[in-house]
Parts: sequence; C-alpha cells; structure tokens
Amino acid sequence: MIGKLIVERLLARGDEVTTLQRSPSGLANREGVIEVLGSITNITTVEEAVAGQDGVIHLAAKVDIVGALDEFVAINVEGTTNLISAARASGVSRFVHTSTPSVAHGGASIVGSGADPADPDSTSGHYATTKAMAEKVALAASTPEMPIVAIRPHLVIGPGDTQLVERILDRARSGRLPIVGSGLALIDATWVDNAADALIAALDRAPELGGRALVVSNGEPRTVHELIARITEAAGVEWNPRKVPTKFAIAGGRLVEKIWEITNREDEPPMTGFAAEQFSTAHWFDQRETREALDWTPTVSLEEGWQRLAEHYQ
Amino acid sequence: MVTPGPLDAARLPPSGLHGLDLAWSRLETVEIDGVARTFHFLDTQTVEGEEFDLTLLCVHGNPSWSYLWRNLLATLPPGVRAIAVDHLDMGFSDRTGTTRNLAQRVDDLVALTDHLGLKGPVVTVAHDWGGPISLGWALRHLRQLTGVVLTNTAVHQPEGAAAPRIIRMTRSRGALRRSTVDTTAFITGAFEMSKPRTPKHIRAGFLAPYETKERREAIQHFVEDIPLEPDHPSAETLNAIAQGLEHLENIPALLLWGSKDPVFSDLYLHDLEDRLPHADVHRWANAGHFVGEDQDVASAVVDWISGLNKTSDAVTHSSQPTRLLERISNPEIAGKVAIAEMGNGGAEITFDELSARIETTAAALHRHGVSPGDRVAIMVPPGIDLAVIAYGCWRLGAIAVLVDGALTPPQMTAAVKSANPKYLIGINRALAASRTLRWPGERISLEPLSEAQNRVLDAEADLTSLSADSTVDEARPLPREADHAAVIFTSGSTGPSKGVVYTHGQIAAQRDIISDLYAITADDSLVAAFAPFALYGPMLGITSAVPDMDVSSPASITATTLADTVVRTNATLVFASPAALMSTIRTEDELSVAHRSALEGVRLLLSAGAPIRVDLFDRAQAIFPNAVAYTPYGMTEVLPVSTISLPEMHEAGSGNGVCVGKPVPGAEVQIRPISGAADFGEIIVRAPHARLAYDRLWHTTHAASQPPGWHATGDVGYLDDHGRLWMGGRLADVVKTTDGLLAPVRIEQIVESLGGVAMAAVVGVGPEDLQQLVVLVELDEPVKKPDLADLALIDSVRTAINSEMSLDIVAVLAIPKLPVDRRHNSKIDRARLREWASAVLSGAPMEKI
Repeated sequence: MIGKLIVERLLARGDEVTTLQRSPSGLANREGVIEVLGSITNITTVEEAVAGQDGVIHLAAKVDIVGALDEFVAINVEGTTNLISAARASGVSRFVHTSTPSVAHGGASIVGSGADPADPDSTSGHYATTKAMAEKVALAASTPEMPIVAIRPHLVIGPGDTQLVERILDRARSGRLPIVGSGLALIDATWVDNAADALIAALDRAPELGGRALVVSNGEPRTVHELIARITEAAGVEWNPRKVPTKFAIAGGRLVEKIWEITNREDEPPMTGFAAEQFSTAHWFDQRETREALDWTPTVSLEEGWQRLAEHYQ
Repeated sequence: MVTPGPLDAARLPPSGLHGLDLAWSRLETVEIDGVARTFHFLDTQTVEGEEFDLTLLCVHGNPSWSYLWRNLLATLPPGVRAIAVDHLDMGFSDRTGTTRNLAQRVDDLVALTDHLGLKGPVVTVAHDWGGPISLGWALRHLRQLTGVVLTNTAVHQPEGAAAPRIIRMTRSRGALRRSTVDTTAFITGAFEMSKPRTPKHIRAGFLAPYETKERREAIQHFVEDIPLEPDHPSAETLNAIAQGLEHLENIPALLLWGSKDPVFSDLYLHDLEDRLPHADVHRWANAGHFVGEDQDVASAVVDWISGLNKTSDAVTHSSQPTRLLERISNPEIAGKVAIAEMGNGGAEITFDELSARIETTAAALHRHGVSPGDRVAIMVPPGIDLAVIAYGCWRLGAIAVLVDGALTPPQMTAAVKSANPKYLIGINRALAASRTLRWPGERISLEPLSEAQNRVLDAEADLTSLSADSTVDEARPLPREADHAAVIFTSGSTGPSKGVVYTHGQIAAQRDIISDLYAITADDSLVAAFAPFALYGPMLGITSAVPDMDVSSPASITATTLADTVVRTNATLVFASPAALMSTIRTEDELSVAHRSALEGVRLLLSAGAPIRVDLFDRAQAIFPNAVAYTPYGMTEVLPVSTISLPEMHEAGSGNGVCVGKPVPGAEVQIRPISGAADFGEIIVRAPHARLAYDRLWHTTHAASQPPGWHATGDVGYLDDHGRLWMGGRLADVVKTTDGLLAPVRIEQIVESLGGVAMAAVVGVGPEDLQQLVVLVELDEPVKKPDLADLALIDSVRTAINSEMSLDIVAVLAIPKLPVDRRHNSKIDRARLREWASAVLSGAPMEKI
C-alpha cells in the first residue's frame, strides 16, 4: 500500500525508481520504474536491486502476528543487514529504514513520548523484537557516506490496507471485535499518504538525520473506540461491540497465542496478548521533533482520511 | 580537653542520599564540658570567608537529622546562609555514650555556634523537639535574633489536655526501647503518618544515620526527655523557654504547621499562637508531622525571610470606629421592618428592635466571657437570629466565623478546625455536628435546652437566657475599622475550603459599593434569595425578606416561594443565585396573577454567586418584567470586582470567555502576563472591599498578594478596548497545548451552544506543553455511564471548535453528571475531571469520577 504511494510520488518529481518485492507490484509498466522480483533474504537479488541507486527506502518486513521466530529474524533482521551492506557496497548515499514505535515499548501506555531508543529486551512479540534488533543494527551502521534514518510510522491506515483496516472489518462483520477495557485509550494513527511523504522527507534529509529514529503520526490521537468506529462506518460495516475487561482480554490472548504455538496453527488467532495490550493502552507521541527534523507536516487529516476510506468502499 | 573513647565517631553521610548536596556536609570538633565532641552539620557557606546578610540556624527534632532541611538549603536566596546541625548522638554527629537532656542540647548548640563564630542576623528554624532547643538558643542570642520559624513543635503541654497518645504509648514500659532503639519503628512510624506517604528513597535518607541499635540510643533518650510530668528533670528548662517567649514580642515569627500530626496537633499550634500573637501562621489542612515532606515549607520560609526587612504593609490600618452598623441605628428608619422571615411563622423585626437586640446580645456575650477579638462561629440560617448574633458580635468586636450551610460536612469540619473559634453559636443540628465531629469552640444554643437535649448537645449556655438580662453597657466602645470582623469560606470546589478574613472597614466598603452600584435608596426593599445577602439588607438600611428556603440547597426556592416573599415586603430588589433562578424558571407556571403583579414592582434582579448563561438569564428576567438584570463578577475574596447588565451581556457578544463587565467604582483591575499566553493573563484586583488575608494561610496570602495590596484572583482573562473584563476560566485549568496556553471557558461555551449539551468542561491530558484537548459533556438526556460520545456529536464539536479556533479535540466523552461545587452547583471541578480523563485516556480502568 505504502510502497506504491512512495513510487508514485518519486516518479512525479522525476526520480527513477527500482522496486524490489516478492510479487509483481503492478507498477512495472510505468515509465521510470524497474522492477526486481525476489526476497531480501537473497543477497544476489538485493545486490541487483540496489546497484547504481542513490538512495534506498526499506519497507520490507514480516509483520504477521503468528509465525516462527526464525522467519522473523531472517526477513526483519538479516534482510535489513543484507540491504544495508549491499547498498553500502554499491555506493548508495542515503538510506531510510522503516521501523515501528513498538521497538521501544513494552506494554506500558505511551502518553506524548518521543522516539526512545529501540530495546529488543522490552518488546513484546516476535515482530516487535526483530524490528527492534533491525533498527539497532541499521542506526549503528549509519555513516557520513551513507546516513541511515529510521522512521517509525504509528498505525498506518489507508484504503486497501490489509494489515489493519481489513482485519478490523473482517472481525467487525463476524462479531469478533470486542472493545478491550473502556476503549478510551488514546492512539495515534498515520494516514498512509502522510507516512509516504514522511519517508520521502527522511530520504531527502538523511544527510542531516543519519543515526536518528523518528516516530511519525498524524498528530491527532483518537480513542480506540473512535478509530474502529470511523473505519467501520466508512466501510459501511455494522459494529456492535461487546466490552471485555482488559486483564481478561490480555490473559485470554496470551492463552490463545500459546495454543496456536503448541498446535503449530498458522491461521490468525482470534486475539493475542499483544493486540489486547495495544488496544487497551494509550499510544500517542510528541510530534514536534519529528516535524521539525523532517520539515514535514501531515497533509491529509484523519477527517479527510475517513472520507477517502468511505469513497474507497463505495 | 578529653578525647572520648572509641564510640561511634562523627562522620560524613554516604553519597547518594536523595536531595542532599555533600558539599554542605561539615564536621567540627568542639569542647563541651571539657570533652571534645564532633558535630556533623550542613552549611551552605561552602567558600571560606564568604559573607552573608542572614543565617538560618536549622534545628531538627526526633527522630530525624539535618537531612530534614535539604529542600530549604537548596532553595536559599542569595545572601542567605543556612546551618543545619545534627544534634550530638543524632544524625552523623558523635555518639557520645551520654544521655543529653534539653538544657544540655541547648548548651551543645550554643557551643557549636560559638565555635563557628556565628555573627550577624540569625533566624532560627526548627521542627519537633528542635523547637524548644532552637528557642533556648534564641533566648540567649536576642541581639542577633531577627526571626523565629517553628514547624510542628511545642513548648508547653496545654492545661487540661492529655499528652499525645502516641508519645504516651511509646513511653509505656517495654515499648520504648523496642520502638526507638531495638527497631527503627519510631522512625518509620513517624513517616507512616505523612500525607501523602513519603517516598521510599526519602525515607531511606532519613534512616541513613540510624542503621544500628547503637546509633539509635538517643532516639530513646529524646523521647524520655519529654517532660510529660511536672517533676520531670527537663520540665523546668522547658517552662523557662515557654515563658521566655514573651521576650520575642518584637521578633518576627512564622509558625508552619501540618494539622494532621497526631503528636503536635493544632492544640500546640494554638498554644504557640497565644504566646506569639504577632506570628504569621500557615497551617496546611492536609499535611502531617513531617510537614516539610508533605508541603513546600522551603518556599514558605524563603518568601518569609525575603520580606523580613521590608516594611511593606500596603494595607492602611484605620483606627476610625466601625461604620458597619451605622445605618441600622439611624433614627429615621427606626419603625421600619428590618427583616421579615417567610419561614419561622413569618417573624419580623423593626430597625429599632434590631438595634436594641444587637446591644443586649453584645452585652450578653460579653458577660458570658466573649471578648473583643475572640472568634465566634455562627451556624444559624439566614434570618433574624443570624443578623442579631452576627451584628451583636460586630458590636462587641468579636469575630464572626460564618460557616456556610452549603459546605459538605467534611468541608465544614475542616473550616471550623482551621478557624478555631472560641465559641460556637448554632441551631441544634449544628451543635450536634459540633459535638460528634469534635469541632473546637464552646457550644452556645439559641434556645434553652432540656436536660435530655443537652446530654446530646453538651452546650454551655443558651443565648436566650444570656440575653434575658437587658442591661447594656453604655460605655461599650465601637470596634475599629481595621479590626477583624469576619471569617468566611471559599467554596472549596478545588481543594480544602479556605478561610478568608475581612475587617470591619472592608465589609463596610463592600456594603457602600453595592449601595452605590445599584443606586439603592431608603425606598428599596430586598428579597435575599442568596444567603450571604441576608446580612447586607439591614446594613444597607433597607427591609430584607428571607424566603423560606433550605440554605444548603439553593434550588429549594420555587417561583411561588420567591414571589410570596416579594409580595410580603413589596420588594424592589431581588438577589438570587443562578440555581435559585433556574428553579424559579422551572416552576414559573405556578405563579398567580397577584404574584405576577407584585413581580412587576421589582426594579432590579441580581444573579450572584456563580456565572449565569445569557439565555437562562433572559428567561429569568422575563419573570420580572420591569427589572433590570445584573450579575456581578467576583469571588469570596473580593465581591464585586465588576458588574454587567443583561443588555450589556447581549451587546458584548462572544469573545475569549465570558464578558463580566466593567470594574466597579473603586476597584482597579489589571491583567498580569502569563508566560506562554498571548491574549490573556491572570486577573488581579485592588479594592477597598477586598479581603484582608486568608486565615492561617500565610504563604497562600503572600502568594495571592503580589504586588502587595492586590488580590490575585486565580482567574484568567483580559480587558477589551471598551474597558470590559472577560473571564476565561481558572488559571489552574488553563490547558498547555503545543500551540500555546488555552483558557477553557471559550471552548466550553461553544460546546454548550450545541444542541443536546447541558454542560461542558474542557481539560488537557498529556505532558505539559503537549496537552491534548478533551471535551467532557453532560447531555440534556444524561448517559448512564461515561463513554465516548456519539460520532455525530463528536463531529459537531470538532466542526464548531475548528471553525472558530482551529484546534483539535482528541476526544469527546459523555459523562452522567459533571462534578460541580455544592454551594453554587455550577463551578466545575476540572482538576478532578482532568485526573480522571488522563487515567481513562491512557487506558487505565474506568474509575468513578
């Protein structure tokens, strides 16, 4: 979702773009686009993709809720080191690493924090842990010749998003989307266009920002209840949630995770401890430093975002 | 000089004790009675030979050490040095193996300061049993003594009062050694009493020098040295110190007190106040024994010593006789009704009768022992009795403590305890509360009590019998304008209710301003449906009628009860609270034709006590078709500050807050800038009718009186180009967003103008300067539980706010009922909402508001 928006923006301003992903992006026919297909775990493919590039925006990650740690490490950590070393070898002069705010936080609520250092020991779940490891590796590898900036967009929302929007809608439709706790924890979200703009801004300003991590959001915290209500409303899905006490949801989620792990199930569990925690504690950030560093502000407000989402689902 | 054996010698404290700067730590060896003793003490003179204008000599008590004074030492102004001593056998000073009594400890302290060559002005600062030691030192250094600060201490066991139970228990056989030496129970126990609980790292600092039994011996000795018995070896020393305080009459004194101290209770504060009647006093209603851990004692001391050299008393003390009661005794109105009650069988009293009863009451109270300057709590509903007693006190020169019937019982208890009246005159219900809740003040009932009643109420006397003797003392002098007349209480919508002291001159000035402002003449007649005004009518020389109402519930007034009162006295003025007016609007249909015609005779309608919404004021005014409607702006500390008529409210339109009109004649209003706020500041006022001081809250008075002579209202606002004042909310409720400071009222007004919203409150959640705006609404159809408001309402709130001020509202929550104060039923407790919303919006489980 976001990769496509970035490509469009880069093309619009006259950049030449090479894309690397596992399956065709649908952008290959566009003028100025070279498509490389393959995995970032394959060093040859990666070398091919980064050869002759001025800059790299690294968006690839395994974001699933379930799965073996090995796979997460291979894609999120080793994939990142592959990309960095190949980029450095081919003389790339700037590198943007896409990270996540969950690299720096366990289950505690976040109320107006900045970007604390990534800490794999305090994270919860394979995804956040391996992303924390990757960010540490990436920022440590930043040099004046190839400055590396980590951008952590929080809760990216946009039309066609399968990570969050579709999951929410699926569960709302089937009546499996309760409100955990009061549903009143404030959460920052990022409209996808703003995330794309921020990543490009980071690429442009990488020489000044090498080695830094910045959280990106719309800067309009909303209650979890409202976020879900807006998404379901935009999609025309009726949502009549039950309320589940927080402790119960977290404990239940952990139990479910355990069962999935023991039974090697690969389908998505109905609830995980991580998700229950995420949706019952505040996560909103101080955006002042980010906006100044990137010289960027969101152009699509959440209100406008909900309208776009509604248009998408019409 | 003998060097003592290898007992535990003085040493420097370990590093890492929270808040303690090791650069202050010093060891000095002094010869005492031929033996070398080493003191540990803190000294902010860290450069040899550095000169100072003033030295604070800080003396700790038991169980404690100089660590107690770390915050004070860290906040000293330039030119001031502080020396905080560890007594021998205490803190990090020598363990001497001796038992040191009070006299010895005074000698020890003198020996140390002699050794240090302490010269120049000194202020002693002490806590707990450091109090008598510091005073012993002070009495031997009167020439260099420039001030005395005492915190939770005592110099005397007041007659008839039992010694503190905790000390008696500690002293009981077996318990003493176990609690003081064998364990750290005495130290940790002392901190259990702090409110809120002292954090662990601070408690660790206090415990640091008392790790082993050997190091704790003196804690037991200190407790044993408390002269609970008259033949105790230290009794004589303590008595000499207590009696010596009369030599301090010209030495400024400051008493700082935590009133929740089970050992040094208010009893000892009042004993010290009697001995040092000139002392400045600050009593924290919610602080415990270690008052400096619970409240900002350091700032209070620093502000106090900074004012020591200034003769800044901006209040001019008039020695003119009081004018408060002059209009009541005016012979021209002698036969006119002064007060008419609607309840109580419709009783009434004429001005000459009232005048006579004031004299007999003053004489009766005086015969009973009430002296000028004594405080008398009056807990009587508005009406003839209240007027007779309050005016009788004023005639005598006693200070009326007017405890508001609309305070909650805990607030009343706090109010009476803080004011500490010597007498309490009340209706039986008040006397019962006084007895059960152990309020101070000798009880006096209104009527004679039966024996059975008095077993319950335990009153010493009744006013009817006291006043039966109608002889009056012709020569009784009138009190002076500068004498204290009354203590009244703030509504306490946030924090404890504060006592506010008024002088005779200030209340007279207030009466005159109201008289001029609303052009009151002898032909006017008042209905006082707002309790405080029941006392003003007779002082204005006009007839006052009091509706039959429950003072604790202004909404108990109805259109009929109000109109009946207007009919009775052909009233031309109606003073009511917004709550009473709301209730009148609701019950308007009950009015008869006769009522309506009487209401046509009302020329002025005053809504007082809380802000009123223009639309509701319009409706209330329509009930009084010929009345001009006014509402004053002001507070318990100064009323009125400004006044505005209903047409002027319409003309003002909308702005950043509520337009409260032009300052009243005689009142000066200024806006004090607040850093970060572009278009508003704090409203400050200077007026002849403004309060004298907060009661036993020296530091609060000091902070609210900058510049001297002014009253800082704690409200924010601005003056517009027409000289009109606009009020934007409480300073404490200003939201600190990334876009700057924001006063809440404007947003609340916008939200309240939306359909379906009864009342709105705006609070900020999140870290300072990054606060996010949250709107809390009470709906016309209240919700059952707090929750996110409907998306439609959220949208209309955001749209409305955005179109006027382009601000983001992160959440709109619907609340069953917004918390408001009991007295006015309208002041929203935003601090409580802020705390609640911050917790809920961070994901914490939903607590009750």
